[in-house]
This record gives sequence, structure tokens and C-alpha cells, in this order.
Amino acid sequence: MNATRKVRKPFPWHLVVFIAPALIIYVIVMVIPLLDSLTLSFFTEDPNNARNTIFVGIQNYKYLFTDKYYAPIFWGAFKNNIVFFLIHMLVQNPIGLLLASVLCKGGKIRNFFRTVLFIPTILSFVLVGFVWKLILSPVWGVSKTILNIFGLGGLFRPWLGLEETALITCSLISVWQYIGTPMILFYTALIAIPDELTEAAYVDGANAWQIFWRVKFPLILPTVGLVAMMTFVGNFNAFDLIYTMQGALAGPNLSTDIMGTLFYRTFFGQQQQMPNQTLGATIAAMQFIIILIGVVIYMIWQKRTTTYEY
Amino acid sequence: MTATELNKKKGASVSYRIISWLRSAGPILFLIFWSIIALFPIYIILVNAFKNRNAIFKYPFNIPNAETFSLIGFETVNKRANFARYFTNSIVVTVVSLAITLLIATMASFALSRYKFKGATLLSLIFSIGIMIPIRLATVGILRLMVNWSLTNTLLSLIIVYIAQSLPMAIFILSSFMKQIPQELIDAARVDGASEYRIYWMILPLIRPALGAIGIFSMIPIWNDLWWPLILAPSAETATVTLGAQQFLGQYMTDWNAVLASLTMSIIPILIFYLIFSKQMIKSITSGAIKS
Repeated sequence: MNATRKVRKPFPWHLVVFIAPALIIYVIVMVIPLLDSLTLSFFTEDPNNARNTIFVGIQNYKYLFTDKYYAPIFWGAFKNNIVFFLIHMLVQNPIGLLLASVLCKGGKIRNFFRTVLFIPTILSFVLVGFVWKLILSPVWGVSKTILNIFGLGGLFRPWLGLEETALITCSLISVWQYIGTPMILFYTALIAIPDELTEAAYVDGANAWQIFWRVKFPLILPTVGLVAMMTFVGNFNAFDLIYTMQGALAGPNLSTDIMGTLFYRTFFGQQQQMPNQTLGATIAAMQFIIILIGVVIYMIWQKRTTTYEY
Repeated sequence: MTATELNKKKGASVSYRIISWLRSAGPILFLIFWSIIALFPIYIILVNAFKNRNAIFKYPFNIPNAETFSLIGFETVNKRANFARYFTNSIVVTVVSLAITLLIATMASFALSRYKFKGATLLSLIFSIGIMIPIRLATVGILRLMVNWSLTNTLLSLIIVYIAQSLPMAIFILSSFMKQIPQELIDAARVDGASEYRIYWMILPLIRPALGAIGIFSMIPIWNDLWWPLILAPSAETATVTLGAQQFLGQYMTDWNAVLASLTMSIIPILIFYLIFSKQMIKSITSGAIKS
């Protein structure tokens, strides 16, 4: 690691050569566009010259938060996004943890399951969206037939088409796909726990339940935080699945609208709505602020949490 | 054996037997249950893609037989959509952006982890922000940039963005691998008069496993991405598999054979790729995470 040079050389050109390509691409394609997009949220398009923009301060934000027509849409998307996130936290991550804790007991057969359970995670949202759209379609009737096997056929509804159920259905489909990520991360954390620790607890008379919650869970807490942060960032940045399943209008009646689809609609325009670049930039800036808050909370929490080294 | 278990044994009732059976079989049952949930949707798409329209609706759960077998869906897809083009575009974009990412990420992480210089920590920090802040949030700026460079509707625009997208994570993981290379090795090379560039080149083979893992993990989000093709290169000539499938599916939603066939064509390649590399993939996550 220690590579301090004893003899001072004139200028470490090799460092420039090594770092410059990555830094230049990263700064030009990510950092500057991000700042550019944040800046644009304080401007509005010049009605006389489409290529010009005029500085308007926080006017766009005010409009987003308080406009009679637009504010309900924005807050609706924000609220839906929170529901979307909560369903992931309450369904995806606990099931992922459960699968991981079952998987980590070892054995050949479990390696097979590990491979199988990760399959949905490697597919694209587009495929997953259409696959589930077909399965839930009342025209095909596959899900109704399956419910009939359990005598529950009467429960079938066109879930994606109903305002009350569309968001939950989309969230659960996203959970179905993404569950492999928390599963693998928890699995990695669990198998890293030395056997001696759990054996010691077992000798002391703890049962499996106690061992899990009193010994293992505190040890994998850093991973729990990481998974929560990743879920938060991924969810407030989500777009593909809703766009594929419900279209850019995030129907029925905006009931599945989240920040990503709202941004897309605003920025590019949709049907009667004219494209509005600066308002789109404002929504992206809001996404940035929300995600940044999540990341900062995570980093503060992470600093305070003890990470155990085995 | 714990006290509670002993108490239960005394009872030795039927309910105890059921509980103990569930305790040993439960985990496996749960894994089987979830595997069915994970695989069923894929199964039902794959089997129905090879059936005629009647059979799709009449016997959706059966595998195709001589009577129900049909390739009509694939014929429609071949006639109406240029999937060969989409695949070529996806492969070009993925391979080129991965190759460049790996090259410049190894260079940067080598410099950041093996040399001490002013600003190394700051640079690492700047790159690591990109791991947590998704590049999509810069969409407005990136689109303006690509319009300025007249790069919209080119594969190059996608390649540039995917490099920027994959770089932070690649640098982060590679740095932890670079740090593990013994200093004696580098010192020895230096004594032999090797230049810094030569030392970098010499180190590359040593971190090959990490390169493989990063390659696979950066590949999946690039291959599956809908956002950037939709925004930067939506034309028919530059459509990737994901975008091509999305547009085709939206247009032909009522042609069940074609929809199922196009889904199958998009799923199969990534599924095969995964099954070949799954062992290496999962191994690399588990071992990589333990190390860092």
C-alpha cells in the first residue's frame, strides 16, 4: 500500500495519465450534467426565444408545490413513491432476509436454489412488466385459473386496471423481480458470521430464533442498512416498470404515477401536455434532493453503527 | 439439547412430530415454494411462445406437443421487427462500453490505491458519490450535452453514458483488489527498471477475477436498460434489444403469438448467459464482499 516516493520526481505524469480518462468522462458526463440540470431548475424557457432561458429563482419549485393544477399531481407522485418504497421495505427485504437465512445453511441443493431464486433479478423491467401484464390479463385468464385451483377464483380482479390495486400490484411485481438483490447481500453477510459465535450461543441454551435475532441480526445490521439505502435510492429513481406496464400516463388515473414517470411526462410532454424542460429539471432536482437526504441519513447512521470484523 | 426441546420430547405427541418435521423440511419447502413463484412466470412465457393461438388460451400450462406446436409468433416477429439489428446494437454498446470502462477504471484505481498523492482521498470520494447518486438524475443535462455534440440517436451516446454509469462502482471494487497486491512485487519490478505503465500492465492479470465479476455486473444493467435508449437513441436503427422489445410489444399487444415469441427471444440470451456465469457471479459477490 505504502508507495511514498523517497526521491521527489519533477511531476508524476503517470498519475495524470492513469486518472485523467476516468475523471474526464465522469466529470463531463455525470458531474457537470447533474449540476447543469440542478441549475436549470432555477430558470424558465423564454417565451419569445425557445433557445433562451430566463432566471426565475425558486419559481419552478413554488409552482410544483402550490399550483392548483400541478401540485396535486406532484404530491400524488411523491406519495405513491413512498408507498412503492414502503412495500419494498416491508415485503421484499424481509422475504429476502428469510430466503437468505434458509439458504445459508449450506448444502449442494441450496446452491441450486440460490441460482434459481436470482433469475428474476437478471431480467429487464421491460420483460418482467410484459410477462406479468400477460399473466394478470383477464383475457388470458391464467391467474384466474390458478386462483381457481385453490378455490379463490372469486377473488380475481383486473388488478392493474383498478385505481385501488394498481400501485400495490406494480410494487409487488417489482418486489418479485428485485428480491434477489437483498437475498444475495444478506446471504453474503450471514455466511461471513463465524460458526463459533452461533455455537457459543447454542451451548448457552439459545434457540434458533434467539440466535437469529440476538446474535446474527446485530452482526448483519450494516447490510440491513445498506439494503435499505439501496432500496430507497432505487425506488425514488424507478421508472421502467411503471412505464412498461402502465405507460407514461401511469394509469389508471395517475394511480401508479411515481417521480420517475412524472419527470418523463413533464420533460418530454405527453398527449395534451407540452414538454417543459425546466419544470422537468425541477422534478429531477427534487428526486436528487430526496435521494441525497436518504444517502446522508444512511452515511450518518453507518458512522454510528459498529461494524464487526471477524 | 436445550431444556425446551427436552420438555417437548417428553410430550412426544403427534404435534411435536409435526413441528419437528416442519422444522427440518420447512426451509426446503419454503425454497421450493419461492422457486415456483420465481420461475412460473418465465415458464409460462417460454412454453406458450411455441404454441398456436388456440392452445395458448386453451392449455396455457401445458408444454407444446405435436398438435399445438407452432412457430407463427417467431415468424411474425422476424417479419415485423428487426431483432437481429437490436441484438447487434445491444452487443456493440455493451461490449464497447464494458471494455473501455474496465480499461480506464483499472488505470484510475491503480493510481488511486497504489500511490500516495495530494487529493487521492478527495478523488476517491468524488468517484464514490457516483455509486450512490444514480446517473439518471443528470438526464436533463446529459440530453442537452448529447444534443450539443449532435450525438442523439447514435450508439456512441449510449456508450459514453454507460461508461460514466459503470465507472464509480468499478473503481470502488477494483481499488479494494488493487490494495491486496503485495508491495514487494511492485518494488521488485521497479528495481528491475520497469516503468509505472509497465507495472500497471503487469498487475492486470493478477486482478482478472475482479475484472470478470465487474464485467458481468456492469453488463446486466446496461443490457436491460430502457431509460437511456428511450431518451438518447430511440430511432429504429439504434434501438437496443430492451427498447426494441418494448416498442414491438407495445405495438403488437394483441398478437399473442408475436408478443410471447418476442419475450422469449429477449429472455433466452440473458438466461443462457446467466446460467453459464451464475456460479462465478454469485461467488464473486460473496467473496468480494467478505474482502471489502
